[in-house]
Amino acid sequence: MKAILTLLTAGLLLAKLQAAGGQEQTLNLPKSIEAGSAFSIEHSGGGEGTLYIIGPSQVLKRDVKAEGAVYFPARSLYDAGHYIVILTQASGTKSGSFDVAPISAPDKLSFFANPSRLPIGVKNGITGAVYVFDAYGNLITAPTAVSFELTSPTGGIQKDHATTSIGRAWTEMDSTSQQGSGKFVAQVGELKSERIIRQVPGDPCTLKMNAQQAGQQVQLQTEPVRDCSGNAIPDGTIVTFTETYAGGQSTVDVPLKRDVAQVKLPLHSGAKFTVASGVVLGNQIGWQK
Amino acid sequence: MKKGGLLALSLAIATVALIVIGCVWPVQAALPFIIQKTLLTSSSTPEAAVQNLGQEIQAHNWAKAYESFANKAQFTEPEFELDLTGYTTNLRTYSTLDHFKAWPLHASADEADIRLELDWATVVGTSVMTRDLHVVRTGDHWNVNWPLTKQPIVPPQVIAVNYLRWDVIYRGAGDDWGAQDVNAPSVRIIDMHPVQRADGVVVMGELLNDDVVPAYVSMSAILQAKDKSPIAKEEAFDKISHVLLPKQITPFLIQFPDVRLSQVGSIDMKPFSILVPASADPVIAIDNEKFNPSPNASLTGQLINQSGQVVNVAHVLGTLYDKSGQLVWVVDQYVDSALLPQTPVAFNIQIPDDIAKKVSTERTVVATFSFGGLL
Repeated sequence: MKAILTLLTAGLLLAKLQAAGGQEQTLNLPKSIEAGSAFSIEHSGGGEGTLYIIGPSQVLKRDVKAEGAVYFPARSLYDAGHYIVILTQASGTKSGSFDVAPISAPDKLSFFANPSRLPIGVKNGITGAVYVFDAYGNLITAPTAVSFELTSPTGGIQKDHATTSIGRAWTEMDSTSQQGSGKFVAQVGELKSERIIRQVPGDPCTLKMNAQQAGQQVQLQTEPVRDCSGNAIPDGTIVTFTETYAGGQSTVDVPLKRDVAQVKLPLHSGAKFTVASGVVLGNQIGWQK
Repeated sequence: MKKGGLLALSLAIATVALIVIGCVWPVQAALPFIIQKTLLTSSSTPEAAVQNLGQEIQAHNWAKAYESFANKAQFTEPEFELDLTGYTTNLRTYSTLDHFKAWPLHASADEADIRLELDWATVVGTSVMTRDLHVVRTGDHWNVNWPLTKQPIVPPQVIAVNYLRWDVIYRGAGDDWGAQDVNAPSVRIIDMHPVQRADGVVVMGELLNDDVVPAYVSMSAILQAKDKSPIAKEEAFDKISHVLLPKQITPFLIQFPDVRLSQVGSIDMKPFSILVPASADPVIAIDNEKFNPSPNASLTGQLINQSGQVVNVAHVLGTLYDKSGQLVWVVDQYVDSALLPQTPVAFNIQIPDDIAKKVSTERTVVATFSFGGLL
């Protein structure tokens, strides 16, 4: 909306310019300036008037004398883009344009790391995309070197280097075989942005339970549940115990606690006990009273 | 002005006429509230005594119902009221008696047995309560012996609960657009099976929380014609357990009324999950779970709350499989009483007879809700 209003304003002023016709006026503009830097615009001829600078999200207006330079201090224009300059005087109008470019020194990185959590051992499972901005939040479109580094929970490091294209660069990394929190860093010069990637265990590899009689009940307890890389399956993971006997069955969904799940089920002669977690089946125990 | 006056007069006459009609010929549902006193008949027969009791319960006239009992010395009026509305907050607490039915089981000159079915309207549908009443003759009228269900007593004790609980901190509203956030849980459909039923197409299956964090899940499906144009979109609504702990599996069932399977070219399944705070407690054991074949096929069992926290609402979902392990149906039932610690509560879910013939094994899960607790 702001941009549309700006363009409308520029259009109206340009229309006035067309109506006024050309006179002996000069307007010296820089071809390009860096965002936030001081600059000046010189003009001559045409008497006193008003100078407009109209850009993507900024408009400046200055009263000008018959001739000389209009000085703009630092931080007058800070949004990168193409700016139109219009000088209106009693004798007519004059226009031109110049560009405001991002500062070449990066000041801020926007680093997208995805996912925040993934199973271990996934090739190219982690993606990182970085956008490089200057101190005024302008996307730096000039090619910029970016380095990526993923430190695994065991201290192993994966590195990659890329050069930005139109302000962005990206990479892919593998999750390691050890669970834990990995540190994913994007760096441009001395500028760093860090994200935490949680690498979690995969499915249980072997699920084994033991049964022991406890009065009129059977105490079932799994051995510590681990994935195929030896990582402990997180507490809270559901383990389903099922007891099947003549004419019925009993089922309990039990969360893992300190790596094991345990439950007491009623004792039935000839009962068969099974254990599962998600789609992984464990061992089966037959019970004779 | 004249037109306005005429309109007002017409409205007044119509209002009076409707009030008169409503009082003279009331609808069935309004009977107990409008002309309650004249509706109650003399308890000169066992059926009339039970009928009167049903109307008094419907009108929440606990005192009058209690006064009519032959065995009122055995319990108090508040105990009778709590027997119907629940000793602990549950589905029945906020329900109303929609209608009731009574039919004789046995009768003699001085006593009779009558079955009373009370159909309560709850937020999740009708909850049916059945009581077999013994009615006795006292002089020229009959009185009901109310079969009071005593409140289960949980002995005073301390139950240590140290199961895991998950809390979630999302990115802040003011964070930069590139700031890190936590991803939604990964869920996976591990089984899906469409079937044609008399009233339309049913899509059922099972959904697994494949992640290490709890998930709030829902499931929707879009039926597509052979040219990929959408035919209908529906959701599982409550035919699913919405909160899944890591590696937990829920069945789901989505109904598409008035659609023929022959019209369907493909089905677009859309599982949805978000990260939610949750607790691994309470743990509910399903004991004596049993599939009872036709006739009157059912899935029965008992829920036992193994934790110390009272579960106010429990939703039982049964997954039925055939001999080859293929999913054939999903049934569900809300249990209308609270689950007290270590106290068995029975469930009985009816299964359509044509489905029951195919059933070989079953698997049951329980979704729970506790007032003031986490999901």
